[in-house]
Amino acid sequence: MDLYELTLHELQEKLHNKQASSEEIVKAVFGRIKDVEAKIQAFITLDEEGALDKARKCDARGDFSSIAGIPYGLKDIICSQGMKTTCASKILENFVPFYDATVASRLKEAGGVLVGKLNMDEFAMGSSTEQSAFFPTRNPWDLDRVPGGSSGGSAAAVAACEIPFALGTDTGGSIRQPASFCGVVGLKPTYGRVSRYGVVAYASSLDQVGVFSREVRDCALVLNIIAGRDPLDSTCVDIEKPDYTEFLRDDIKGLKIGYPREYFQEGIAKGIKDTVKKALLKYEELGALVEEVSLPHSEYALPAYYLVAPAEASANLARFDGVRYGRRDFEAENVIQMFSSTRAAGFGDEVKMRIMLGTYALSSGYYDAYYLKALKVRRLIKNDFDKVFNDFDLIVSPTTPTTAFKLGEQTGDPLTLYMNDILTVPINMAGLPGMSIPCGFVDALPVGMQLIGKPFDEGTLIRAAYAFEQNTDYHTAKPDPGVM
Amino acid sequence: MTLSIQEVQHVALLARLNLGEEEKEKYAEQLGSILQYADKLNELDTEGVEPLDHILPVFNVFREDKVIPGPDREEILANAPLVEEGQYKVPKII
Amino acid sequence: MSKDFETVIGLEVHVELKTRSKIFCSCTNEFGAKPNTNVCPICSGFPGMLPVLNEQVVDYAIKSGLALNCEIADYCKFDRKNYFYPDLPKAYQISQYDLPVCKQGYLDIEVNGERKRIGITRAHLEEDAGKLVHQGTISSTTFSLVDLNRSGVPLLEIVSEPDLRSSQEARAYMEKLRSLLLFAGVSDCKMEEGSLRCDANVSVRPYGQEELGTRAEVKNLNSFKAMEKAIDYEVRRQIEAIEDGEEIIQETRTWEEERQITRSMRSKEEAHDYRYFPEPDLPPLRISREWVERILQSLPEMPEKARERLMEEYDLSEYDAHLLTLTPDYLAFFDECTLYYQDGKIISNWMMGELNKLLNQKNMDIAECRIKPAALADMLKLIDEGRISGKMAKDVFEEMFETGASPEKIIKEKGMEQISDEAALGTIIQEVIDKNPGVVDDYRNGKKKATGFLVGQVMQATKGQANPALVNKILAEKLNN
Ligand SMILES: [Zn+2]
Repeated sequence: MDLYELTLHELQEKLHNKQASSEEIVKAVFGRIKDVEAKIQAFITLDEEGALDKARKCDARGDFSSIAGIPYGLKDIICSQGMKTTCASKILENFVPFYDATVASRLKEAGGVLVGKLNMDEFAMGSSTEQSAFFPTRNPWDLDRVPGGSSGGSAAAVAACEIPFALGTDTGGSIRQPASFCGVVGLKPTYGRVSRYGVVAYASSLDQVGVFSREVRDCALVLNIIAGRDPLDSTCVDIEKPDYTEFLRDDIKGLKIGYPREYFQEGIAKGIKDTVKKALLKYEELGALVEEVSLPHSEYALPAYYLVAPAEASANLARFDGVRYGRRDFEAENVIQMFSSTRAAGFGDEVKMRIMLGTYALSSGYYDAYYLKALKVRRLIKNDFDKVFNDFDLIVSPTTPTTAFKLGEQTGDPLTLYMNDILTVPINMAGLPGMSIPCGFVDALPVGMQLIGKPFDEGTLIRAAYAFEQNTDYHTAKPDPGVM
Repeated sequence: MTLSIQEVQHVALLARLNLGEEEKEKYAEQLGSILQYADKLNELDTEGVEPLDHILPVFNVFREDKVIPGPDREEILANAPLVEEGQYKVPKII
Repeated sequence: MSKDFETVIGLEVHVELKTRSKIFCSCTNEFGAKPNTNVCPICSGFPGMLPVLNEQVVDYAIKSGLALNCEIADYCKFDRKNYFYPDLPKAYQISQYDLPVCKQGYLDIEVNGERKRIGITRAHLEEDAGKLVHQGTISSTTFSLVDLNRSGVPLLEIVSEPDLRSSQEARAYMEKLRSLLLFAGVSDCKMEEGSLRCDANVSVRPYGQEELGTRAEVKNLNSFKAMEKAIDYEVRRQIEAIEDGEEIIQETRTWEEERQITRSMRSKEEAHDYRYFPEPDLPPLRISREWVERILQSLPEMPEKARERLMEEYDLSEYDAHLLTLTPDYLAFFDECTLYYQDGKIISNWMMGELNKLLNQKNMDIAECRIKPAALADMLKLIDEGRISGKMAKDVFEEMFETGASPEKIIKEKGMEQISDEAALGTIIQEVIDKNPGVVDDYRNGKKKATGFLVGQVMQATKGQANPALVNKILAEKLNN
């Protein structure tokens, strides 16, 4: 196998055993990128020189603890010191932060080698990466299809073996849905588990940084590095962080798994339901207790989400006003015009739509009917989960209603696009950890299974995901985007 | 359901977004259909339900009152579109 | 003012809390630095930045609340107030909307000898915005410059009930509020540096009408004097408008110092809708009763208590005691002085008289004064010992004020000590008598007023340093012999 095909933990072993140098690995990765990137288009920014430099330093030091010497990518919403951070938006096209996000600095300190910044839907608003202001990313399993979104670049790059792992963000499914579409592992930790400092905010009460990898073990390794209290993020809490690799045990005997009937209803493709049900049988076979449960307010999560998230976004994106950074309209005669034309030209259609929607939901006369109502419904959604978790350790469902769709297929009506998030959004609304792992194929396209855990119980997700992975071989299937 | 053009215009002003006539019409329709979808929430009786504004059961997160000097002014201003005398330059207010 | 209308005023006061660092980041909270040097990505609103609350800010808010007799909330949270302005980096201000840290307090004012209780609706925490400097005037400028040093400075906004009925009462409220906050030690309350700012909600209504009239919010009140004038102007304007049959519009007006008028700030394009919603980046606060108790214990003696104490212990008039307790620095000066000198009344007279006069002349604060309380006590003792006269003391005091030297040193160096040596004075007086036989004759012939001339001559000969009582005594002895 070529070096670029190896997983994070396999690369760790190579480095430890001196079977490969970091420089060789980074070169292999850039070789792969050169071969497939023109088709996949996962990266907005690549830094070959910087990466090689870092790799050589790692080799010289000879310390290969943690992820030292191993390449990775960051979703382009995560600020990286000295490297452009665009959020896939024209308004930040040339923005170079002079600070690192906490997750970026933690990976940097652990010795990781940043390869580049990954494409996404503009400001994380979208489910296909077609909303990138620059170019769409393609699904490595079928180049005519989308990789999902908003972290589509991260998912596609990991699936196409351009990098062994990447970070993304998930506000309503933006890690799990593309992980599902691209057949990789995607973990969204509990709200508050990982620092949001330096991650450009979309919806602050929902956003969470997480991991893409090809195997569950890698996900645990990276979570070990990025999770844990950050004094720079008041919502990143001081709750003890276990060693997540300790959950990599092939043993789920007695684990109580619930599958919500509301997540297997019409609107979810039959092939997907069947695939996930088959996976549930596997769990039963492995000794878990599997039962149907109910989350009665599920159908209200999506409409509530599409009020809460845009409302927060309308405030979070207000700072892009052309004064301190980013794009500016120099022609405007006064400040109101400057703000309005800068923002109109700098933001894409979907972003403008959500800003308008959020502004409306918060505006005088509509606050109670829309925003406040949504917060109340959010409480009901959380209560549903609390109730189920009184009796169950884990909830399992499909990650997405369909497999990856074709480019251009869902660009007309926003509501159609929003339906992609119907199975992932409730987890963000309840602040829970969620994970998508490959669990089969429908028409040669990957299907993801969503694991949902109790707050701060990422360990159980990793344990259940690992057990499934060890007893199936879906994770070993690799797409072949073809070499140019 | 669609929003009126005046409503769209008002929201666009609040949000500081210059919209062309076509855009206004598009947003009037799209916003209308999303809000109609949101009206689904009215099926639920939420009387007496406490709004969930903070998901974490966490309170009183503080930092110590300690000064840490910020970065150099040049670094802060490096991304600014227009700077004069160490300050951000903007067009007149009115 | 018109006899037919009653004035109704409520004040919104912004106080900068004097923490070391800003409210949500670690930048220094210091006034007067070069533009954009006390800033970081957080207070400059850079992408991805998050606020972390400074604990001292909450302590100060609780302390202020207690000083203003407020209820301290046991649960409160922060909200985002959304509006676009070039000096507001995030385009929202983190503030408190429906759950402020303090509510329902009051303070007592006194106007024309009458005491009145003014309600305080609420006091909430928020961050300050930056500063926008217009080149030229606001209407003729082509561009403006933004300095974010002030962005993120902690503010407490204190909102009064509409209980004030005149500009005089408003001023008394502001003075009292300032005094209370200074005593609590939460702010330096300098209007000229903007650490104390005030907006006035002014309306008028016919006497007897219960319903409030439409109010105007008057901004840009940079001094107590400006506030009084602006309120008086605004009241006149509204009454005239009503009498002319016009309707008062609810609006924001600004005080124009040069023209001495208030002017409407309405701009057609601006539709205000702040769209408050809970700040997701900051967990809410739970303020335990133990916390409040701890702050209460740390609260020093407040001015009213101190005033009573001064009146009782030193037999001061209410007026003097009031003036001495306007600021904690004043009271501290007085209290320290009484450690070295017993008579509080005399200390008070000197502080109210000479000291105040000089401070006002130099536009100085008592904290910057070079005379220390112990030195004033030393000087008062010199008067009591007869080593200097009251008149000389004023010169000595002035010298102390200028140089900070001790009174002892000043009278030594300048030879200012009073001559109280009987033998030495006797010789000088004898010389004067010998030089003025005519005047002595006049005296002996019954013109008793002639002594005045002779005393004057003695004073001239001693450069005014002769002890006047002693001169009179010796002269009488010699002339009557
Ligand atoms: Zn700062």
